Amino acid sequence: MENSTFDRRQFLCRAGAVGLAGLSLAQPALAATDIAEGYGVLVDTTECIGCRKCEYACAKSNELSDLPLEGFEDRSVFNEPRRMTADAYTVVNRYDDTAHPERPTFIKVQCMHCLKPACASACLVGALRPQSNGAVTYDPWKCMGCRYCMVACPFQVPAYEYDHALTPKVSKCSFCFERVSKGGKAPACVDICPPMCLTFAKRSELLTLAREKVKAHPEQYLDHVYGEHELGGTSWLYLTSRPVTELGLMEFGEKPIPEYTEPLQHGIFKHGVPPMLLFGLLAVATKTFHHKEDE
Amino acid sequence: MSVPSHPVSLRRGLLTPGVAVLSCIALTGLVVAVYRFVFGLGAVTNLTNQYPWGLWIGVDVASGVALAAGGFTSAAVAHVFHRRKYEVLVRPALLTAMLGYTFAVIGLMADLGRYYNIWHPLLPSMWQGNSVLFEVAMCVTIYLNVLYIEFMPIVCERFIGRVGLPGPLRLLNGPIDVMLRIARGTLSKIMFLFIAGGVVLSCMHQSSLGSLLLIAPYKMSPLWYTPIMPLMFLLSAFAAGFAMVVFESLLASWTFGRKPEMPVLFAYSRFVAVFLGVYGVARISDLMIREAWGAAFAGDAASYMFLAEIGLGIALPLAMLFSTRVRRTPAGLLTASSLVVFGVLLNRINVFLVAFKPPYAKAPYFPSVPEILVTVGLVAGLVLAYRVCVTVFPVLPVEEHATDEAAETVQQRCPVQAESYVS
Repeated sequence: MENSTFDRRQFLCRAGAVGLAGLSLAQPALAATDIAEGYGVLVDTTECIGCRKCEYACAKSNELSDLPLEGFEDRSVFNEPRRMTADAYTVVNRYDDTAHPERPTFIKVQCMHCLKPACASACLVGALRPQSNGAVTYDPWKCMGCRYCMVACPFQVPAYEYDHALTPKVSKCSFCFERVSKGGKAPACVDICPPMCLTFAKRSELLTLAREKVKAHPEQYLDHVYGEHELGGTSWLYLTSRPVTELGLMEFGEKPIPEYTEPLQHGIFKHGVPPMLLFGLLAVATKTFHHKEDE
Repeated sequence: MSVPSHPVSLRRGLLTPGVAVLSCIALTGLVVAVYRFVFGLGAVTNLTNQYPWGLWIGVDVASGVALAAGGFTSAAVAHVFHRRKYEVLVRPALLTAMLGYTFAVIGLMADLGRYYNIWHPLLPSMWQGNSVLFEVAMCVTIYLNVLYIEFMPIVCERFIGRVGLPGPLRLLNGPIDVMLRIARGTLSKIMFLFIAGGVVLSCMHQSSLGSLLLIAPYKMSPLWYTPIMPLMFLLSAFAAGFAMVVFESLLASWTFGRKPEMPVLFAYSRFVAVFLGVYGVARISDLMIREAWGAAFAGDAASYMFLAEIGLGIALPLAMLFSTRVRRTPAGLLTASSLVVFGVLLNRINVFLVAFKPPYAKAPYFPSVPEILVTVGLVAGLVLAYRVCVTVFPVLPVEEHATDEAAETVQQRCPVQAESYVS
């Protein structure tokens, strides 16, 4: 694919076909760690015009707000960078470029759907789970509301319904899990996006597409796909023209977050042997010292 | 040195000004807590999407558990290694641990968004063994029950032959008495298993509390974030546990007008010095190896909190505890042990609240007045529960050479002649 005006619809059809085949035939064989087969979205930030239609589609699809499309046309929100809230699973921010004031960069942010999610590793009841289709989903029925997932998330994504007294939920983008897995459709935000900004496909295909784009237009893109290797990889990938740190995104190493705790945790408590050993030693000590004292 | 006589119930009425003040503080906290359950976390706390954990997790839960470590440290010394002269410190420490963990769970309930799901980690279908918090939850749940079992012999001692339920309930007096006797007989044979188990469970979750924030490497200040945070938490829990027992024993003597157990506490405070020393050396070497010293002198809030923690919470009490003269006086020992307790409390606050610097936060977190009222209320409630328990149950030791009858009549504070208590 030499030209950069890659046909998104074409990609969608192909992705859908592959997806359906995968669902009907290979579903049981798909492991949660089978990262190559998961879906993803490529965000081409050089194409985003900041129309905020994705915010509207997301709010509507997830029943977060009754606001009509016109309600999302207010561009004064760009004056301050925003973050996701309990009522907004995705937001678009504007980052001005001092070198090119006429060409600001718009960045859509939402859950990155990590391949090795910190939130899922942190959750003690398994309410957050990476799914084989690339989504990281949340089951409020299991959730205790401890909010350790929010502590753990390196992208600072999950928000909390602090104002709900009885059934507060952790709120974050679900990758439109139902639409994607059952209907074989793209997430709501991708469906509505008017320019060629969001592309929904298998993650491996998106990486190929991203590399082709960079190759075809090296003047337009930095040669870095944000999310390809960061923290073990994310389902959502970003192409940018400027360093990510100028765009409200954080720089990360490649080590997945769960690897900061899980090896230690499993090492110390391997098959329960070390605790049992300590227990045995203490029990023996109790009897031994007691014996000495009796004599 | 004579072995102190057996503990007895405190013969003092509960209608004192101190109890009244504590009740008011605890009630205020309770009212705020009710408000939280009706109107939600957002209505009372300063928690945000950037700062999901605040005062209640940092102090009520994390610090509460650390300061309740005296239960397992004193049980290990007196019952695993059979240093019988410290026997006298075990029951108050056990009571503090039991109440400390109970109140930590109550505090946690207030913080959990879906508190009614607190039992979910017990369901095998929801087990998530990769989660550090899962291990903490399981250990704390089991250990809380172990603590209740460890306290059971004291209940037996108090009520065997003295179950006096009034009215129609008196029919139950006989069966309860039989049950208590069975419990006493069984527990006396297998108690060592619970004590050893309690030590293991404590080591596990005290250290794992330190592993909790290992999952946020990009958010934590380098002054506290180290791969050996679990070891730091374990060592500081040992130090806090021993110090808390000394602190509490002196405080109880002072409050209830009894002679401090100076010879025992003098000897026992060596443990505080040793573990605090090991912990201090570990903290300093870790900082040097990671070359994180720079941040200590950055001049921001975190750096001051860090210096206060190291200076007032480790260096100063360590210097005091290495002086035999300081350790011989109740005032010196009280100061040193309270500094250690303060230092570990500050460490937990620092790790959970100060060191946690999330991206995209517009302002740093500071607890709201209602949050503080609930925490203060919980502490008051704990002290009240302690007061009730030492009145009902034989927990506090009677003074040396005193008979039970004599102890019951001792009401006034005794003047403290420190030097004469040193063996």
